[in-house]
Amino acid sequence: MYVPHTEAEREKMLSTIGLKSMEDLFQDVPAVERFPDLRLDPPLTEMEALEELQDLASSDETTSELVCFLGAGAYNHYVPSAVDAMISRGEFYTAYTPYQPEISQGTLQAIFEYQSLISALTGMDVSNASHYDGATAAAEAVSLANAHFRGKRSKVILSPALNPQYRQTIRTYNPGTELTFIGDNSGVALDDSPEALIPLIDKDTALMIVQYPDFFGRVYDLSKLAEAAHAAGALLAVSAYPIALGLLKPPGEFDVDIVTGEGQPLGIPLSFGGPYLGFFATKKDYLRKIAGRLVGETVDNRGQRAYVLTLTAREQHIRRERATSNICTNQGLIALATTIYMSLLGKNGFKEVANLNYQKAHYAAKRLSELEGFELWSDEPFFNEFTLRCPIPVAKLNESLLEYGIVGGYDLGLDYPQLSDHMLLAFTEMNSKDDIDLLVEALAEVSHD
Amino acid sequence: MNIPSDLKFTEQDEWARLEGDIVTIGISDFAQDQLSDIVYVEFLVAEGEQVSKGDACATLESVKAAADVYVSVSGEVVEVNEDLVDTPEKVNSDPYGAAWMVKIKVSDISELDQLMDAAAYEKAIEEKE
Repeated sequence: MYVPHTEAEREKMLSTIGLKSMEDLFQDVPAVERFPDLRLDPPLTEMEALEELQDLASSDETTSELVCFLGAGAYNHYVPSAVDAMISRGEFYTAYTPYQPEISQGTLQAIFEYQSLISALTGMDVSNASHYDGATAAAEAVSLANAHFRGKRSKVILSPALNPQYRQTIRTYNPGTELTFIGDNSGVALDDSPEALIPLIDKDTALMIVQYPDFFGRVYDLSKLAEAAHAAGALLAVSAYPIALGLLKPPGEFDVDIVTGEGQPLGIPLSFGGPYLGFFATKKDYLRKIAGRLVGETVDNRGQRAYVLTLTAREQHIRRERATSNICTNQGLIALATTIYMSLLGKNGFKEVANLNYQKAHYAAKRLSELEGFELWSDEPFFNEFTLRCPIPVAKLNESLLEYGIVGGYDLGLDYPQLSDHMLLAFTEMNSKDDIDLLVEALAEVSHD
Repeated sequence: MNIPSDLKFTEQDEWARLEGDIVTIGISDFAQDQLSDIVYVEFLVAEGEQVSKGDACATLESVKAAADVYVSVSGEVVEVNEDLVDTPEKVNSDPYGAAWMVKIKVSDISELDQLMDAAAYEKAIEEKE
């Protein structure tokens, strides 16, 4: 039954937060936008609506027709058919976290497997049941650190080479906290290694967040960062690209405290930005401060293996305002998809995919750096993504590349004015040698117009 | 239900013991029984910190609930029973002894007058049950 608030209840709530009327709640929305005059077209029949939607859909250009070298946070990896076939089973088909968990043993087991796989991949002790995406998972790392220090450390250092959207999300999460964010606005040069952030760490630092490989594709040893953070009693979080962990040292081996990342590369289609998945893993020490769901394995009263939502007293429905986060859901179906993906590939298959990505990118880097007017921005090691200095604006290059059926790289000038004319290119197992050769030829032609 | 007669009690089921100018704080036998098995103790204050009456000093987590422990007097925290972090089950087995939580050097002893004595507390929990 739906019971609306009474007028008296509304007035009480408004006066509690110091407002006079309902309209006061919407002051942040510009007045002209508040009650727009919606001029909607007359209604359509189902047949007409379907036709219109099909026209719209077919006007999209997708990675199934185009060759894609765009990454910068979302990657065009192959999704095995088994993933869709299995997540579509009725027993699993819910996007949501189980709210009657004990009767959802299959779902709980899938989440338990997911947690185990993420822990193994990141080299960490414990993983939660997932967050919405890589950006929100990074923001939850900040909440964890803030809860861990009980608000007594006020500084969070964000690497300027952490995905700009993640940094934006982190700041969006925190206007109500006492935290200040530095690092990406502290004059640290973009071509410096992350160790240039070490002098910013002090006794007031709660957390430092870096990306691995970083937003520009570079791979650094993070052990000195972890040492420096721990010497000051601070935590170190790493946002990692999961496919790269098939080849690179897992962040856990650098003694980092929290590993987060975007799970989309693990069997989730690009699909215009979502739904994606944020993975979140930590050392055991922070178990009680992790946000979100945790599934544990136990035995029932007949001695049979069983799964439960465990340590739920951490969560906000019990702990209320002292909980680390108000997030208590997870990306049930997407976590299942990544579990199927990782299980299908297995340890060796995963390494093979990672190696393919690495080799293709390195072949491309070699060819592209031989092109007149083009140059690799950095000579640091990289995985499957790197930054290319171009002789003409990236937007112009990309427009021309599209005529060759190529989606070009990310225009770094959009986020970093000092990197205008720099393109971030990503290579995956979806790019054949021919595709890469086509990119090289196309760039050679279009840059000499 | 064990309600030692030498202690003072709060309505939120904490006990307080005055020795000199030091007040020791813990939770009552009734509270541990209501919470059931305590699995986690987290302290929200540290030695040397100033606290005011009503501040939360610890969070207890049982298999079915989470509860805060509040200090019943203002003053300086002089000791925190960190051993409980590794042995939370002591809150169930020895709430008035080994499971003391914090010791506070009180700034105003008269704050203790507002607490209940054992007889009043016994009556208070009878009403809760």
